[in-house]
Amino acid sequence: MTTLLTVENVTKRFGGLSALEAVSLTVNAGEVYGLIGPNGAGKTTLFNCMTGLYTVSAGVIRLDGVPIHNRKPHQIVGRGFARTFQNIRLFANMTALENVMVGRHARTRTGVLGAVLHSRRCLAEERDSRQRAKSLMAFVGLKDRSRSLAGHLSYGDQRRLEIARALATEPRLLALDEPVAGMNPNERREMSELFRKLRDAGITLLLIEHDVKLVMGVCDRVAVLDYGKKIAEGVPDEVRRNPAVIEAYLGGAVS
Amino acid sequence: MRSVPDWLRRHPGLAFGLLAVLLAVLPFIVSIGLGRGWVRVLDFALLYAILALGLNIVVGYAGLLDLGYIAFYALGAYLFAWLSSPQFGLHLPFWLVLPSGALLAGGFGVLLGAPTLRLRGDYLAIVTLGFGEIVRIFMNNLDAPVNITNGPQGINLIDPISIGGFSLGARHTILGVHVFPPTFYYYLFLFFTLFTILVAMRLQDSRIGRAWAAIREDEVAAAAMGIDTRNIKLLAFAMGASFGGLAGGLFAAFQGFISPESFNLMESVMILCMIVLGGMGNIPGVILGAVLLTVLPEALRYLGAWQRAALGHVVVDPNDLRMLLFGLAMVAMMLYRPAGLLPSRQRRREFRAEDGAAEQEAASLYDAKA
Ligand SMILES: Nc1ncnc2c1ncn2[C@@H]1O[C@H](COP(=O)(O)OP(=O)(O)OP(=O)(O)O)[C@@H](O)[C@H]1O
Ligand SMILES: [Mg+2]
Repeated sequence: MTTLLTVENVTKRFGGLSALEAVSLTVNAGEVYGLIGPNGAGKTTLFNCMTGLYTVSAGVIRLDGVPIHNRKPHQIVGRGFARTFQNIRLFANMTALENVMVGRHARTRTGVLGAVLHSRRCLAEERDSRQRAKSLMAFVGLKDRSRSLAGHLSYGDQRRLEIARALATEPRLLALDEPVAGMNPNERREMSELFRKLRDAGITLLLIEHDVKLVMGVCDRVAVLDYGKKIAEGVPDEVRRNPAVIEAYLGGAVS
Repeated sequence: MRSVPDWLRRHPGLAFGLLAVLLAVLPFIVSIGLGRGWVRVLDFALLYAILALGLNIVVGYAGLLDLGYIAFYALGAYLFAWLSSPQFGLHLPFWLVLPSGALLAGGFGVLLGAPTLRLRGDYLAIVTLGFGEIVRIFMNNLDAPVNITNGPQGINLIDPISIGGFSLGARHTILGVHVFPPTFYYYLFLFFTLFTILVAMRLQDSRIGRAWAAIREDEVAAAAMGIDTRNIKLLAFAMGASFGGLAGGLFAAFQGFISPESFNLMESVMILCMIVLGGMGNIPGVILGAVLLTVLPEALRYLGAWQRAALGHVVVDPNDLRMLLFGLAMVAMMLYRPAGLLPSRQRRREFRAEDGAAEQEAASLYDAKA
């Protein structure tokens, strides 16, 4: 098993508040890694640190052994690490297809001259981007929503579209921040199916989720954050029985 | 009932042909119908169309409010003047000078863009406004100790553009018809306008145009999708500025004379108004805005004459009335067509989406009451 992502003693402070305190974890290539914890535990903050939106206060984050903390977000995407957002951040006034095509940016090269002259590469890239975007939309179950405005899609479809957009960057590691929030049980089942398909396609998944049943169902390993600290890590069954975890969730909620 | 626009839409080739013929003979129609002076107005309409299309890249595509855009026009104009006028005794050919002006302006676009990358909205507007004023003030004062710009007097006797020995700045007799410089410049400006349209259109439909739109919509998400937001924004500034520089060079050659007062804040505001009035982000809209805001003020000049004819004397100074009517028109626009006369699909959706949200809200309130 090869290690894909390592987080070493990462601390993130906002003024006096430590949103993350010396958090360490490792994600192996090919697994589905769950990140759970009560509200305000620091899960999203950790995602933001990993994807370059926040600079860490201390610690190191490596992708394939290469430090990526304090790199620019687009550089991290370039290295094959994409994400979605908890509070959906689509380009609301662009069509669904255009949203996914934006995800191709990091994998295309056409410059101003090529675009203006319609160089052969420009046309080929454009055709390829469109094609890939369409097939990704079909993959996440949005086959005939291409021309809809992203902002007009239903909540669940917006979450799917965010995943398609992230997939367009050809990630090896995909971080999903509460991807089934606001979905009904039926949609949740479809999404777990999608996560399995992604893993089978060789994409390592990092999953923040409050739906413990779903997490236990699809994750190979789980880490639990509470007040910025990692209080447990392991296979789901192990974590579920961990007293510190039960304590953090006020007993009951986990089991 | 079939309307004319409908019919044209069904025959795009024919519509295109008609438009081409119209554009080709326009200066002659205008000069016969309205008088020779109006061909000049036509030229300025094209010049402003280039400027507005350039600013539209920055404001309409990338969503960066730039109130100092006229500075790039000034830079292009001054570079043209420096390189082809008696000021320094240089008389370089226009095909060298025009691109240099565009390049210089593009460079300054990056220079302005770099320190303002973190700024958005109002703050960016203030800094760019300052930049525009600084450039103008420099041009006003760089006449001592070394005379570079000739100060407020400006630079005179700028070479007209001459293509293969054919000077656009002189009267020629073609097939027995006297043709005047504004008509020649019309065709030159038309060429550059079409060039600008092509570039703007192709960029908008490319990965770069999508990246600009993405940044305008949500900069954080754009970065998280692999867009180097810094470079893409600088590119928008550079592209917009280059067209400003190009237009500046054309202006200098056409006018034969430039001075700092042509490049004041009001001009920047005017170009922005053209975009907003016509329809931000939409090429036909922006062109319409540029043409309207160039032609209307000229037409309103006749107000004085009309007043004298109707009332015997001038009651309101036509200049004041012009500005008043202009202001009223802008207010009316913002009230009745906030997305512009010809809004882009995207802008129309934005405004409609907001309406939709308001309706939904109203509907839910209604439900609560029922
Ligand atoms: N930009 C910020 N500035 C200040 N404080 C922040 C910022 N981002 C997060 N925090 C704080 O850090 C803590 C962790 O927040 P975070 O969003 O990471 O929690 P979370 O585990 O994702 O919670 P949830 O399940 O509600 O999404 C919270 O106390 C939050 O208020
Ligand atoms: Mg969160």
